[in-house]
Amino acid sequence: MKPLTDSAAVAPGVFSIVEPDGSPARAVDPPLSDEETIEALRWMRLSRAVDERALSLQRQGKLGTFPPVHGQEAAVVGTAMALDPSRDWIVPQYRELPAMLRHGYPLERYLLALKGDPLGSAIPEDVRVLPMQIALAAQLPHAAGLAWGLRRRGLDGVVMAYIGEGACSEGDFHEACNLAGVMRAPLVVVVQNNGWAISTPRERQSAGDTIACRAQGYGFAGVVADGNDVQATYHCAQEAVARCRDGGGPTILELMTYRMGPHTTADDPSRYVDAEVLDEWRRQDPIERAVAYLAARGGFDDEAEREMAEWVDATIDEAWAQASARSAPGPERIFEQVYASEPARLAAQRAGAIGRAGG
Amino acid sequence: MPQLNLVEAVRDTLAQEMRRDERVMVLGQDVGTLGGVFRATDGLVDEFGTERVVDTPLAESAIVGSSLGLAVAGLVPVAEIQFMGFLHQAFHQLGPQLGRIRYRSGGRFEMPVTIRTPFGGGARTPEHHADALEAQLANCPGLKLAMPSDPVEAKGLLAAAIRDPDPVIYCEPLRGYRRGRVDVPEDDYVIPFGSARALRSGGDVTLVGWSSCVAVALEAADELARDGIEASVLDLRTLVPLDVDGIREAVAETGRAVVVGESPYTAGFAAEVVATAQEEAFYTLQAPIARVAGYDTPYPPAGVEDWYLPSRDRVVAAVKTLLEA
Repeated sequence: MKPLTDSAAVAPGVFSIVEPDGSPARAVDPPLSDEETIEALRWMRLSRAVDERALSLQRQGKLGTFPPVHGQEAAVVGTAMALDPSRDWIVPQYRELPAMLRHGYPLERYLLALKGDPLGSAIPEDVRVLPMQIALAAQLPHAAGLAWGLRRRGLDGVVMAYIGEGACSEGDFHEACNLAGVMRAPLVVVVQNNGWAISTPRERQSAGDTIACRAQGYGFAGVVADGNDVQATYHCAQEAVARCRDGGGPTILELMTYRMGPHTTADDPSRYVDAEVLDEWRRQDPIERAVAYLAARGGFDDEAEREMAEWVDATIDEAWAQASARSAPGPERIFEQVYASEPARLAAQRAGAIGRAGG
Repeated sequence: MPQLNLVEAVRDTLAQEMRRDERVMVLGQDVGTLGGVFRATDGLVDEFGTERVVDTPLAESAIVGSSLGLAVAGLVPVAEIQFMGFLHQAFHQLGPQLGRIRYRSGGRFEMPVTIRTPFGGGARTPEHHADALEAQLANCPGLKLAMPSDPVEAKGLLAAAIRDPDPVIYCEPLRGYRRGRVDVPEDDYVIPFGSARALRSGGDVTLVGWSSCVAVALEAADELARDGIEASVLDLRTLVPLDVDGIREAVAETGRAVVVGESPYTAGFAAEVVATAQEEAFYTLQAPIARVAGYDTPYPPAGVEDWYLPSRDRVVAAVKTLLEA
């Protein structure tokens, strides 16, 4: 296959490897082996099941507002699988949970975050992940700096930063991409183009044809791929990561997908999403596509299906049990990790808050 | 008179002002088809069309900066920033630009720009959705700062903001959006800026607040009354302009004061009120003026936010400490 990304030119059209029905989209060998495809499916299934469980717990008042990944699993998982957790970094926005999990962020922490526990956003020492970013696009300058810093220090790590197409309208997007290009930073900017920024459709974000075509202006590669085809997202991410490691500079990898759920549990998409368009995307469900692909190859039988379902349930049950076993946070937790060395005035505030709670 | 909650009062006032003056337009994220994430612009696009009710790209700096340009072009923009925490992305367009354009153009350009933004905690929101940045904004000369505390105030202060020739940051109390419905004047209703209102009169102590903290002060006053302590409550309404006379009179009335505000303690706006009160009413004071505020920490996660926010009990405790002094 001709590499799509050997120049700064944007690939024409949207790159797919597997069709929605699981059949080949082009005469190339899929980059993920059957075993690896099953691993991808496992993460995608876990992500979908976490969405479902969290939604149920949120409706019961046990968890706060959260943004489901529903529909975007192949975009997140395929790209994350191109990374090596022992040297590469993930800089998330907030709709990339399975990427963070694969990289080592514990599911229990995510559930704690949704419970409003300060421990939820705490990143374990050996996990190369930044906390979820809610201030849109603010993560990109961080990612550019991190990637630049890795190169400066002679490390061969790559930074994969995630962002949505809506947040690409923020000034930080431009500033970060421009800087990363100048510094030849080993940065992959994964744009999850899911069609919506809450209620604002893609065509109201930019009059440009694609987000990826902006890469030309920054002097690096821009690629558009089918975000619901895990083989395609993996393939393009792997190419971009390899280019970074070879000193070839950043890539904008725009993945065409669809937000099949609400923006967050506080949103009501029935006010603005066309039901027919949603149905069309349901027929392109990334998980169904991977299942159909594996089934056609005879690589995934009922037994394997059952085992995976059990693993998914057990993983969530265990994380929820751990999160539930922790006692509710008290006022002292407000004051943790504000400074390395706590100023006296803050210490007095802490004592006052604890005293009032105790009294 | 219609019974409206605060967010409905905002919505009706926007519609009324748009009917009154065809230069008025609304812009921001999700303000059109969706009607705003809190429905503060619900139905406006149906009545006024997409040229006057505009869903913008997701870019706070461009929303604020283009409002300046729209005003130069002769329009009256009312921009929505979805949550005050995201105003940071527009900060360089606020203080240094929007607040200074009259000054740096020698008065050539009027800035009838209103930036509406919900703020404050207590609604179990995700990170960056609960910050109270009024002190940062008040430190930007040229900007005015309106802080409605209930639906009637919301109407009168929003009408005043939209008609003001200078830029106004109009801060909507998030946890007050749907607190309750009250009678709101149906006709034209404008509250002049810089006039604090006395909500309650009592001889023992003065509680000063704005926005959501007015309700906290009133609850505390009720609680104190049970112990025979009579509190005055002053709602500042606007922080810029600040009603210095109103602060002096209210503090001098009792000689004791507690200022309640929910942003971080150090350099929060409560500090400005305390400084003003001691300048203006020093010789009437019988005790140091106290502050009940947030802590000097980032706004905490939802699971611990109730410990962070000024509460009735914290205000009551502060008052009792003053009275014992």
